[in-house]
Amino acid sequence: MSEKRNPILTLRNMQVHFPVKGKKAVVKAVDGIDLVVYEGETLGLVGESGCGKTTLGKATLQLIRPTGGEAIFEFADGPQDLRKMSNKELDKARKEMQIVFQDPQSSLNPSFTIFQSMSDPLKKFGVKSKEERRKIVGDLLEEVNMQREYMDRYPTEFSGGQRQRIGIARALLINPRLIVCDEAVSALDVSIQAQVLNLLNKLKEERGLTYIFISHDLSVIEYISDRVAVMYLGKIMEIADADALYQEAMHPYTKALLSAIPVADIDHHKKRILLEGDVPSPMNMPSGCRFHTRCSQCQQICKEKVPEMKTYTIGGREHMVACHFSDEAYRNMEQQ
Amino acid sequence: MTFGEKRFHKKLDKIRRLEEEGVLAKKKKGSRALSKFMSNKMAMLGLVIFTIIFLACIFAPLLTSYRPEVVDLTNLMKPPSKDHIFGTDKVGRDLFARVLYGGRVSILVAGGGALGGALIGVLVGSFAGYRGGWLDKITMRLSEVFMSFPQLILVLVMVTIMGQSTRNIIIIFVITGWSGIYRQARAAMLSIREEEYVQALHAFGLNDMLICFKHMLPNALSPIIVNITINIAAFILEEASLSFLGLGVPMEVATWGNILNASQDMYTLQNAWWIWLPVGVVISLFVMSINFVGDGVRDTTDSSIQG
Repeated sequence: MSEKRNPILTLRNMQVHFPVKGKKAVVKAVDGIDLVVYEGETLGLVGESGCGKTTLGKATLQLIRPTGGEAIFEFADGPQDLRKMSNKELDKARKEMQIVFQDPQSSLNPSFTIFQSMSDPLKKFGVKSKEERRKIVGDLLEEVNMQREYMDRYPTEFSGGQRQRIGIARALLINPRLIVCDEAVSALDVSIQAQVLNLLNKLKEERGLTYIFISHDLSVIEYISDRVAVMYLGKIMEIADADALYQEAMHPYTKALLSAIPVADIDHHKKRILLEGDVPSPMNMPSGCRFHTRCSQCQQICKEKVPEMKTYTIGGREHMVACHFSDEAYRNMEQQ
Repeated sequence: MTFGEKRFHKKLDKIRRLEEEGVLAKKKKGSRALSKFMSNKMAMLGLVIFTIIFLACIFAPLLTSYRPEVVDLTNLMKPPSKDHIFGTDKVGRDLFARVLYGGRVSILVAGGGALGGALIGVLVGSFAGYRGGWLDKITMRLSEVFMSFPQLILVLVMVTIMGQSTRNIIIIFVITGWSGIYRQARAAMLSIREEEYVQALHAFGLNDMLICFKHMLPNALSPIIVNITINIAAFILEEASLSFLGLGVPMEVATWGNILNASQDMYTLQNAWWIWLPVGVVISLFVMSINFVGDGVRDTTDSSIQG
């Protein structure tokens, strides 16, 4: 991806803090994220459960309003900060951004047929005649490899994989440019996962979509992403091109994550980096680098100073890391 | 391949052929809810009984030539006969006429009270549950006030202020009955609000009213419907006890409750079964049929049960 890249979405110091009832504490689910999503790419977002991936995805769409920072979307008529837009103005953004959800069981309204539940959004965005709406829904179902006739069926009549494809069709309903896939394949079994991932790739090519693909599954992320961002406790630890990250991770957290991917080879004896303990509470963040409580390379400085995000250029490609010892890692890499 | 297997495969082929021709898909036309309800035998039985009693009460003048309030002192406490199908009561009023005309009032009071309360409860409860925040807090406290207030005191106050009448009884039932339904609707919406399809609708920025009442409410309705039918049944009996205390419908107006109350003495119970038995049976049948219908409607609105 060395050709000229246009950002479609830029997050600057994005924060989502939730007040805790009865206490003075705040849960910092997303705590200062800087991220650029380029047009036409798939950005993978990985991290442990509870690290704020989903919150970040929803905050991007303004389903949860961020409490701080900027979310700048490049509209056809210039960039605009989503956070400053009113609910009504956001309709413009909703046409450009949609979301695919995790749980195929709850992502479709059980008492409506597929067409009934897709009809109202279409109506809202200006498709008045019923024939036209039926045609759009039918075409979309065919696009996700399902029969048009299925639009008059109820969600209970479909399998998990089929429902997920319907969920994708719904996200495409008003031709968005950016789709947030929030654990879109996590609830499916492996063969169906592959089917849905291939469908996503096909749609991306045909429609020139951009994905933010949120998952905790490293293999899925490797398969689908162009670039990968690794999240830990509401902050991004490392961003790099997918193959670069999987080959040469620089952040100790990423290394630990990658070492946990099972390899189907008996003779393969990779050293596992075991992370001790649990993720600290986002209500009570560790000082300094927020990973220091579990990091194998933790030094005094890690406990005191928050590491800056540093950008390296490796083989002509950007590799961003937030670690005090990234320079060392970089030097090691150079020597090899 | 054995004969049985062959037959099995033949059958499968036939189904597949039909499916490909789209015959099976087309057969499903018509409302799914209706076909579900029709296939529920208990619900249909309930509907039939309910309709019979309901229509009989409405068309009471066609079924009997007696008036429910006309006293006939030559026919006191007569057992059922050709002239008086259900017999006569202590002052010689025709019981069949009283049951029919009484049903009008009883059904009106119980149905009106339950449905009116349900309407308020569902509207307020679902929107409060959906929106949360201050609206939810205020309505919640309000419902607690109504729930903690003793009903009898409320009835006494209402009767003193507005006088004893059928309309007042309905108003009292609405006032005291809405909070239960409200809580149920609110609780259901609280959990449905977190479902992902609701989030998806938010991602399209749909109107709150549309999301709340069109997309979410149908999924919250099934337990509420059962509650409404239970309320109707309870109100019929409650109307009877209020009337007995002289606080409900005026004693001279025939209602199912008034008829029962008039037979509350040892002599009548032992010697004049026709005064209390027929009306008791009618009340039981009516309440039961409503419960069956409610159960059927619940099943049809419950999307996890396929039709």
